[in-house]
Parts: sequence; structure tokens; C-alpha cells
Amino acid sequence: MQVHQQVSEHSDAIDLMVNMGPQHPSTHGVFRLVIWVDGERIVKVEPHIGYLHRGSEKICESEQYNQIVTLFDRLDYVGNLNSELAFCLAVEKLTETAVPERAEYIRVILCELNRIASHMLFYGVYGLDAGATTPMLYGFRERERVQELFESVTGARMMHNYIRIGGVKEDVPDDFHKNVLALLDHLKGGVDECDSLLSQNEMFLARTKGVGIINGEDALDYGVTGPALRASGVIEDVRVTDPYSIYDRFDFGIPVGSNGDCWDRYYVRVEEMRESIKIVEQAISNIPKGEISAKVRRIIRPPAGEVFVRTESPRGDLGVFLVSDGSDKPYRVKVRPPSFANLQALEHMLEDTYIADAVLVLGSIDIIMGEVDR
Amino acid sequence: MMESSNIPSKREIKVPMVRECLDQRGENLHKILKESIAGFSGAEISVSIDMVTLRIDSVDLAEVCELLKYIEKFGFDYLSCITVVDYEEKQEIFEMVYHLVSIRRHHKMAIKVSLPSNDPTVPSVLSIWKSADWFEREAHDLFGIKFEGRENLSPLLLFEEFEGYPGRKSYPFHDYGEW
Repeated sequence: MQVHQQVSEHSDAIDLMVNMGPQHPSTHGVFRLVIWVDGERIVKVEPHIGYLHRGSEKICESEQYNQIVTLFDRLDYVGNLNSELAFCLAVEKLTETAVPERAEYIRVILCELNRIASHMLFYGVYGLDAGATTPMLYGFRERERVQELFESVTGARMMHNYIRIGGVKEDVPDDFHKNVLALLDHLKGGVDECDSLLSQNEMFLARTKGVGIINGEDALDYGVTGPALRASGVIEDVRVTDPYSIYDRFDFGIPVGSNGDCWDRYYVRVEEMRESIKIVEQAISNIPKGEISAKVRRIIRPPAGEVFVRTESPRGDLGVFLVSDGSDKPYRVKVRPPSFANLQALEHMLEDTYIADAVLVLGSIDIIMGEVDR
Repeated sequence: MMESSNIPSKREIKVPMVRECLDQRGENLHKILKESIAGFSGAEISVSIDMVTLRIDSVDLAEVCELLKYIEKFGFDYLSCITVVDYEEKQEIFEMVYHLVSIRRHHKMAIKVSLPSNDPTVPSVLSIWKSADWFEREAHDLFGIKFEGRENLSPLLLFEEFEGYPGRKSYPFHDYGEW
């Protein structure tokens, strides 16, 4: 940690510039935050990103459509399946491909389980940010169960490359149905256990209640989406308001907070896991038999045109803008990463908080730097 | 020979400008947009798959955006993303695409602005939507788009000493040197 002294513009007191990151255990990746403090109070912050910039959008322009799915895995590396889905939906919309029912159900089940796994990771790490070591053990235990199922279906723990244009890679194993039901039983108990362990803990409440407040209007202005926006009381979930895939068939609620503070952002995610379990339950009981992929050409050449797809990733509104010129490679791919926009609001959330809360506020947005920097 | 194949054969590719895809909300937006935009010269409305697209001159951008955000029937309170598409080789333009979503009114649209590639300057929309901040800095970084009426366009994704605009098609992407 470096400390610089400089004369404040605000008062006669001297502001301290404190540099956090880019390598810092609580920044969730390579992220640098420069904080100016007046005593313990934060005067101004300046986020620096780009340490993980790999030019993914540019690489997409020199790959064929099928090859790009693997690149999307590496954007949001905690919610991989959701990123894959976003790209595949965009190509399917452009080529007017109808995805078979069974594939749609498999996609929804896996994406929702991925959401639970992602939120469980958040839960564990957020406990750690607040100084509680135990939640991490519980969070990772639940996440591990989901990862095991993914491994049995996709063959990989993180970089799945399972959702393909037109459907999914292969059919699920024979014991999938049984495994998912057993997993759901575990998860129901697991979420309750996690909830009772941390949510009402007095120390945790004292650290998170009323900290890093942002109201709904400001949040929207900054482009905040997902759980962070819903915590501020705005009812917006792309799965409901602009449904994609087959999400309009399921009955589930949108958890909404009221204060827009760190605790709300935390608790909205806990509740969201319960809603995701409901979706998976409905999907697994209705999953039809049949094809798992539409008949698509080996080399896909969508007609010239452009399409914008919005999806709800675990972190928020994940958009993909695809421009095709009719060749086998896209002319332009633009990813609208939810973490990127959410991180912009950090400035606002950190106004007038204490330096000790900076880590907690940053943790509550749940950023993934792979997605922010692309 | 199978007849019931849904895949269009290679020769007859379906045109993606399918008006039928636009849902009720999109149709309504299309209608009210047509009335409100009539005053701007060069404004064009088109529909691509399920998105209403408005093409305007870059000088009108700030005014149109203000109108779209603050007039209640539009209520575009959320700027989803700003994209730059590089058509420098064929048409010598950069195309800016602004995707807007109205959370209150439940509709979405895109605004397109063409900029000449020798002087890509566009008014900033930062004063209208704060979310434009990093998207504009990114566009400046990767494509060299200049934004009028805002400060701090320092590199966001690239480092300070980086030269060139790596997002552009003309940037030599595959012949970089090892160091």
C-alpha cells in the first residue's frame, strides 16, 4: 500500500491518497482503486481498470461463430454458461434458428444452477470481505455440489463450451434427472443454512446496513443492473421484462430491496438463489424428450444484419450486439458487460463512507474483472 | 428428399428485416417516435428484427437524447451500451450505436450516428446518462472517437503510452512484435 500526501482542494486539511491494488486480495481480480481520504472519510475515488484487457471483442472478429463460444466462457468466468447463452441467442436470432425444446430446458436448468453457484461464490467471498471466515467454507461447499453436476454434464468445471449455436453440445447423462433432484434438496438446505449463518449476524448487519447507499434513480442513471439495481428497489429482471429463451414459462419472483445499501445487495442475491431453485424445479419436472440441437451448418454464415440481445447474467444485464456481413466471421461483436457498468457506480456508492467500508462496498457489487476488461 | 427442412438453403437467405417480429411495445414506440422525430432533418426510422432503430445526424444527438430521456412517453432512463462499428474501409465512416432501454415504459431502441472517419467527433451524452462515461472512454481508447463537451478521456482499458487504435479494422492485429 502506498501513501501520498497532497494539499486538499476541499479544506485546509491534508488529503491522503491511498492506493489499493492492482494486486490486493480484496479487489476480486486485478483492479486498482485510488482513494483520497480526509481522516477516515473518503473524499474521492478513482477506479483504474484494464489490467485484464485481452481484446476479446477484436479476437471475435477473426474467429468463426462456433469458435467464439469458447471466448465468451472466458469473459464472466464465474457465470460461464450464462455468457455462452447470450452469444448463442444472438446468433440464433440472426439466423432465425429454432432451438429444440429439450435443449432450451437443459439450458435453463444449467444457467440457473450456474446463477446459484455464482451467488454462492459471492456469498462466501462477501463473508470474507466482512471479516467472517466461516461463510466461505459453507458457500464453497454448496458451489462444489453444483460444479460436480456441471462436470458430469459438460465435462468441465469452469470453461464448459457446452451451449452451442442451435442447442447444446450433447445430451445430458442418464442420471441427470436424479442428480438434479438430489442437488436441489441439498441446495435448499444449503441456502437456508447459509442464510441463517450470516444474514442476521449482528456484526455483519453493523458493517453492511446503511453503507454504500445508492437510490434507484441514480443506479439506473449509472447503468447499474442485476441484483445491485434490484436492491435499490427497481423491479427489473430481463428474464421477466424482456424474456428470452423459455423464461416466460416459469413461475418465479423478483427479489427487490428497499434501501439500496450493501446488505440489500447481499440479501437480494440470497433470495435470488431460492427463486432459481424454483425455476430449476419447474424445468426438471417438465423437461421433454427429443432433439438437443437444431440442424445448423458446420460453418455458420448468418445473413447480413445486426442484432442486440439482452440476457440476465448473475451480475446483471448482459447484452451482445452482433453485426454480420454475411461471411463466416462476425463483422463486429460488442459485449455489454454488467460488471463494467456496475463498477461505474462505485464512485457514487463510496461517497461519504469510511475507508474501512470501501472493500465491503466493492464486494457488494460482485464484479468479475474478466468481464469488465474483456 | 426431405421436404420439411427449416433451414434456408444457401441461395435463398431470409432477409432479417422482418417487421412481424416487432412486438406490441415495439410497434407503439415506432408510432410515437415517428411523430416526435419529424422535426429533425435527416432522421430516419427503421426496424431490424425486433429493434426500432433511429438514424440521426451527429449534431442532433444531444437534443434527441434529451428528448428521449425526459419526455414521459419515451422515458429512456437507461443507456445500455455504446458501440462503435468500423466501416472505414468501405464507406469511410464510423457508426456509433446507442442502445437505450426504458425500464419504466418497457421498450428499447437504438440510435445510430455516422461519423466521417477522418474526423470522428460526436457530442457527449454524459450529461444525460452517467453510464455513458466509461463507454465513451472505451470508444475513445479503442477507436479514437472524440467526444465533445466532456472531460477526462484518459485511457481506460489501454495503458498511457499505447499508440494507435486497436479496435479499428485497420490496426495490424496479427503482426505484433514479441517483446
